[in-house]
Order: sequence, then structure tokens, then C-alpha cells
Amino acid sequence: MGEVIVITSGKGGVGKTTTTANIGAGLAMESKSVVLIDADIGLRNLDVVMGLENRIVYDIVDVVEGRCRIKQALIKDKRYPGLFIIPASQTRDKNSVSPEQMANLTAELRKEFDYVLIDCPAGIEQGFKNAIAGADKAFVVTTPEVSAVRDADRIIGLLEANGLKDPKLIINRIRPQMVKKGDMMNIDDILDILAISLLGVVPDDENIIISTNKGDPAVADDHSKAGQAYRNIVARTMGHKVPIMEMDEPGFIDRLKRLFGVKVG
Amino acid sequence: MDFLGLFRNRNKGSKSAAKERLQLVLVHDRAGVSPEFLEMLKGEIMQVISKYIEIEQEEFDIQLTRTKSDDGERTVPALVANIPFNKMKPNTIRAKEDETE
Ligand SMILES: Nc1ncnc2c1ncn2[C@@H]1O[C@H](COP(=O)(O)OP(=O)(O)OP(=O)(O)O)[C@@H](O)[C@H]1O
Ligand SMILES: [Mg+2]
Repeated sequence: MGEVIVITSGKGGVGKTTTTANIGAGLAMESKSVVLIDADIGLRNLDVVMGLENRIVYDIVDVVEGRCRIKQALIKDKRYPGLFIIPASQTRDKNSVSPEQMANLTAELRKEFDYVLIDCPAGIEQGFKNAIAGADKAFVVTTPEVSAVRDADRIIGLLEANGLKDPKLIINRIRPQMVKKGDMMNIDDILDILAISLLGVVPDDENIIISTNKGDPAVADDHSKAGQAYRNIVARTMGHKVPIMEMDEPGFIDRLKRLFGVKVG
Repeated sequence: MDFLGLFRNRNKGSKSAAKERLQLVLVHDRAGVSPEFLEMLKGEIMQVISKYIEIEQEEFDIQLTRTKSDDGERTVPALVANIPFNKMKPNTIRAKEDETE
């Protein structure tokens, strides 16, 4: 039986789809069988981030309304054996699917796949309720900004109220230079406030934009820092202990201090 | 001596503003507790404690936050009060002495 994990955030645009694509591809790189579900019905995105937009025939609404079998809606990602996506419908809305239907769909999929990842839409309405219905774990994505952390807090409360205990946090788009200057909340600040366990930290990285342009998840790019961060998150998802990576090359002063044995903060 | 650090600390950086504002706004978000209610609670707690202790009224701070439950399984809301004080009031100590007599 596979795991069903929902990737959610509350606030829009913080990186749920990017995270879903990268964790999915990363798990497949580790030889896991994975299906990604785009639950953002009406605003289909995961297919383009994955570079699979030209292969879509059926979508999730077709599946739940019985116009096709699950198998027919699974788009195989040819780059990674074992990786599939079920796209969202672009022409319908969130109310085309019910939480029961999502729970049934994920229950079927987990029989066949090691991981079922659900890309949740922004917000706390019907789309969110659908996306979490069949999940037994949740990853909450936030950025180090007031509004994103505030919404993450709200989502954490809602997840727990819906029986999704112990959600894990992914902090996305950290900018080490700004953190260093005291102009961006750091990991500890955010953990202090949200009091949940940390799954990983992804730096703000141009490679994400480049890889999204190409439809090639950054997790496969050895030279991308965000890619490395996602590989670490993938390892942790699989239960391995991996330390949170140092974001930052130590500056000149830090190196000097280290040289003289002064503790660097 | 870390002069750079000194400068950095002086103009604190905007992140402390972010953190403080977040903590404040989450108080109300979390329990659906209104600022008025917290003020009222704060006032009453302050009254009780002031009977025995000379507290720094300005510094008195009460917040709602989250913490791990005792079994470590869940996160639960917690009321955290920070009450710096100068000294116990003399009549408090006397009351204690009276008791032990
Ligand atoms: N670590 C990062 N570094 C740089 N850019 C990023 C990073 N993560 C995400 N982005 C960019 O931020 C934008 C939003 O990301 P994404 O679409 O994944 O967010 P989302 O949470 O799924 O949005 P929505 O709520 O609309 O579904 C995209 O343009 C993406 O390329
Ligand atoms: Mg998205």
C-alpha cells in the first residue's frame, strides 16, 4: 500500500506545484512508482511544469465521472520509469469533484503506486477539501513572508481538524543573503511560529524558472541548489535522515572567525 | 570585536518586524480570540498578580501560541504570559511570615 501525500499551502503561488513536480520526479529517480494528481481543477498547471501538456487526453473529472478508466487518464512520464500524472480538467470547476470521489480515487491508486502526491489548489474552499480527502500525510509549503506563514498557520489548523496529524513544513524561496542581513525570517523564526516539524528548505533559485520553462523538474539538475534541496526532501520523504543543507557559502568574516576558532552564529 | 555585527544589530533588519507582526496577527487567527478579550484577560491577571508582586506593567505580555502537547503527539494552543517584575511586595512576605508563625 502506497502513501497518499497532499502538498498544500493556503496562500497561492508559494510553490505547491513546483514542489509536487520535484518531489514526484525525485521519488521516481529513486525507483519508486509515483502518481501525481493535479487537484487544481480549472487551473491546470502541473502538466506544464512537468512538460507533459501535449499528452493529455483524459483528466481527473473524466475519471470520477466514469468517462474513462483510471488507467486511461494516467499520463506516463517517459523520462522516469514509474512516474505518472493525472491532470486536472481545465474547463470544469472545483465542484466537479467531491471529497468522496477523491478518497475513492486515491484508495485505488495507492494499491498500485508507492506514492500518490496531490497538488492542492490555493485557498481553503472546496478544492482544498477535495485535495485532502484521501490523504494520510500533508506537506505544507510556505515562503518566508508574513502572509504566507499566516496562511500556513491557518492550513495547519484545518489539516489537524481534519485528522491529518503532524503535517511537515517546506520553506520555499529562502534567500540566504537577505536572511543574513536580517531582512528575511530564517528557518528558526518560522518554526518558532508554526511549531511543526521541518521537511526541508528550498532556496530561491533561478534554475527553478529555467527548469519550469523547459518542463524539466530541477530535482534532476545536479548544478541547481534548489535541485539539491529537493533531493534531500525526497530522501526525507522516504524516511532517510538528511541534515538541512547549509544555504550559504561562508563569507570572508565567517571564514576568518572559523580560522581563529570563534563560534560562528 | 565584530563591528559589522554591531551595525547590523543597530538597524535590526525588517525580519523582526515581520516576526512580531506575525505573532500578533496569529493570536487572533488561532483561537478566534479578539484583541479586546486578550486585553481584558491581561487586565485581570495583572490585577491579581499586582497584589503580591511589583510587576513591570509596560513589559507585561500575554500571547496565544502553539505548543506540542504533553504526549508530543499533537500541537495545542497555549497561553503564554511574560511577566517581568521588580520585587515581591513587602506585605506579601509578611503574609508568609504570619503563616509560618
Ligand atoms: N524555489 C524557487 N525559486 C524560484 N522561483 C520559484 C521557486 N519556487 C517556485 N517558484 C516560482 O514561483 C511561481 C509559483 O510557483 P508554483 O506555481 O509552484 O506555486 P503554486 O503554489 O502551485 O501556485 P498556485 O497557488 O497558483 O497553484 C512559479 O513561477 C515558480 O516558477
Ligand atoms: Mg499550483
